[in-house]
Amino acid sequence: MAASASPAAGFDRRPWLLLSPALASVTLLLVIPTLFIVVYSFWLRTATGAEQVGFFLDNWEEVLTDRFYRDILLQTLRIAAISTVICALVGYIPAYFIAYTPTRHKALLLLLLMLPFWVSYIIRTMSWINILGVSGAVNSALLWAGLVDEPIQMLYNEATVILGLVHFLLPFMILNIYVSLDGIDRSLTDAARSLGCTGWQAFREVTLPLSVPGLAAGSLLCFVLGAGTYITPMVLGGPTNAMFANLVFEAIVTQLNWPLGSALSLLLLALLGALVMVYSRFLGIDQIAKSFR
Amino acid sequence: MDDTKRYERLLERYRNGDIDRRGFLGLIGAAGLAAGLVGGPMTMLARQARAATPDQVRFDGWGGVVSEAFREYAFEPYTAKTGIAVVDGTFGGADEYLARVKASQPGEFNIAHLSGVFDYARYHNLGLSTTLNEDNIPNLKLVITALMDAFRPITGGALSAAPYDYGTTGIAYNRKHVSDDEARAQGANLLVNPDFKGKIGGWGEWKTRIWYAALQTGQDPNGIEDMDAVWDKLREHRDLLLKYWNSGAELMSLLAEEEIYVTEAWSGRVKALQEQGHDIGYLDPPGGLAWQECLFVIKGSPMAACEELLNFMLEPEVAIAVAEGQNYPPALDPTKVELTDKVRALPAFDPTGTLESLNFFDPDYWNSHEGEWSKTFGRVQKGY
Repeated sequence: MAASASPAAGFDRRPWLLLSPALASVTLLLVIPTLFIVVYSFWLRTATGAEQVGFFLDNWEEVLTDRFYRDILLQTLRIAAISTVICALVGYIPAYFIAYTPTRHKALLLLLLMLPFWVSYIIRTMSWINILGVSGAVNSALLWAGLVDEPIQMLYNEATVILGLVHFLLPFMILNIYVSLDGIDRSLTDAARSLGCTGWQAFREVTLPLSVPGLAAGSLLCFVLGAGTYITPMVLGGPTNAMFANLVFEAIVTQLNWPLGSALSLLLLALLGALVMVYSRFLGIDQIAKSFR
Repeated sequence: MDDTKRYERLLERYRNGDIDRRGFLGLIGAAGLAAGLVGGPMTMLARQARAATPDQVRFDGWGGVVSEAFREYAFEPYTAKTGIAVVDGTFGGADEYLARVKASQPGEFNIAHLSGVFDYARYHNLGLSTTLNEDNIPNLKLVITALMDAFRPITGGALSAAPYDYGTTGIAYNRKHVSDDEARAQGANLLVNPDFKGKIGGWGEWKTRIWYAALQTGQDPNGIEDMDAVWDKLREHRDLLLKYWNSGAELMSLLAEEEIYVTEAWSGRVKALQEQGHDIGYLDPPGGLAWQECLFVIKGSPMAACEELLNFMLEPEVAIAVAEGQNYPPALDPTKVELTDKVRALPAFDPTGTLESLNFFDPDYWNSHEGEWSKTFGRVQKGY
């Protein structure tokens, strides 16, 4: 064995050398830009739109004390939570089916699950306008069937925002639950059945508890992604369905107030980061990585 | 700063005696070494990113029918004639574009199809303006003087842009549900008519919204005295609204699909819908809003190539073809240039060439309230 690999010989540099490309990428593409955002958040926007360099707490004071931001943040968390719960309820069934199906074409089913990712998220979101719009497929079908006399207004409200989010997030949930279910030892359910459990009891007492890590990982992923979205409320939402990322977009793009936008984005980052840390502390973050292996 | 300019400055400093011969040669040598080490790949990357070399110019516009008109009638013939390629980009709104320009390197963006005097002043205040050599753009003599006069005081008498077209933001309505007489009778108040609750649209842009709210409260938009009344009217409008639209394409889709019956709208976009066969009416109410658009040259751009493109785009044949394509009257003075019947029939067209009948944003007034009003509107828009 080479001397450099021996603990007795001192510091082993090989793991760091192997990690260095990843560390450099994370530092360059994530840490340094985030630090820039941190610095920006302490600057001020002047009347012309240019920044006043310095150390000002005004943006943070506004973001942390203004009721407007708190309310939109709560609305964001609520919408993300509802979307996540719907994803969990709706996503469990296909995940269970894929995991337990005896078909030889399981790989094809998984491929179908990944299919939506081949189409742009914006296009997928906008497709709902053609489905639920006044002249869309659903209204056309209802009118044709004579079930309604005039088109129903279905778009541009909180329900369509949640629908768009579920559409976007569902594959992430299914994938995580599937990975969890696929890893369960089938003999455990067989044992439960042989001890007198009904099929439902075996599912409730054995399969469901053992799939909770996947369900939790999927929920975390869906919640974090849902809470950070701004396209869906912009395309499918009405006037009062804005989410927190829309405020960041508006501060940066419309108001050209990059310092305030930086403070807002850091607040959202901190909140979602705290959630991930709590999850990691109690359930372990590695479950999410499994679904992408 | 490009290398040529850097060397010229170095030479100037040497000639002025600011650096000695040894220092001058040392700096030249270091610059040469640096260029040798990083020049190849970096220059190639920078060239691709900036599109600012004299053989190409980057142009950013509003997309949709407007960009199609530019591409067909201006860029392709210009490239064929001069060999200078036009890199054609689009943006959804002036704010979004300004954020991109602000985050870019000088020279990355060259010419922008900006709206109104307001944006001209905003870009200038952010240090993004240039000084056009008007001798290189002889076709500026054909442009309506009032359009150029609006820009000159902002940039100390010079121009950083060539006026290109003008139009109005009036009221569009679906004739199946609103008659022309009804629209004329209600004017700006049609946008807050509770009979159309859930069928009203609105541009999510603070200036236009406030302008119309000022009209609805009986105030002069360029001198609002009761801002509380304006905010209340904006809330009233919001509560009747189906959706704030964010782009011309979205506006056209909402009207064409009959998601909305009433909205304020850009004259050219409504004209395009009418040409497609949609029964959409258009009204410029008393005190309605007009704007002009310009081709703004952004700091750091290759000036000679940009000036050549501006002059080409102001050629009457090109400007008229673009105007007919995008449905906005050209900035050409109708008393100096023979315009076509189609152009003369466009909404907002002013045959006098004075534009005295149109109402524009007062840039000083609106710029002075931009920070406060855009922020407050963002809150009102979201239910506050």
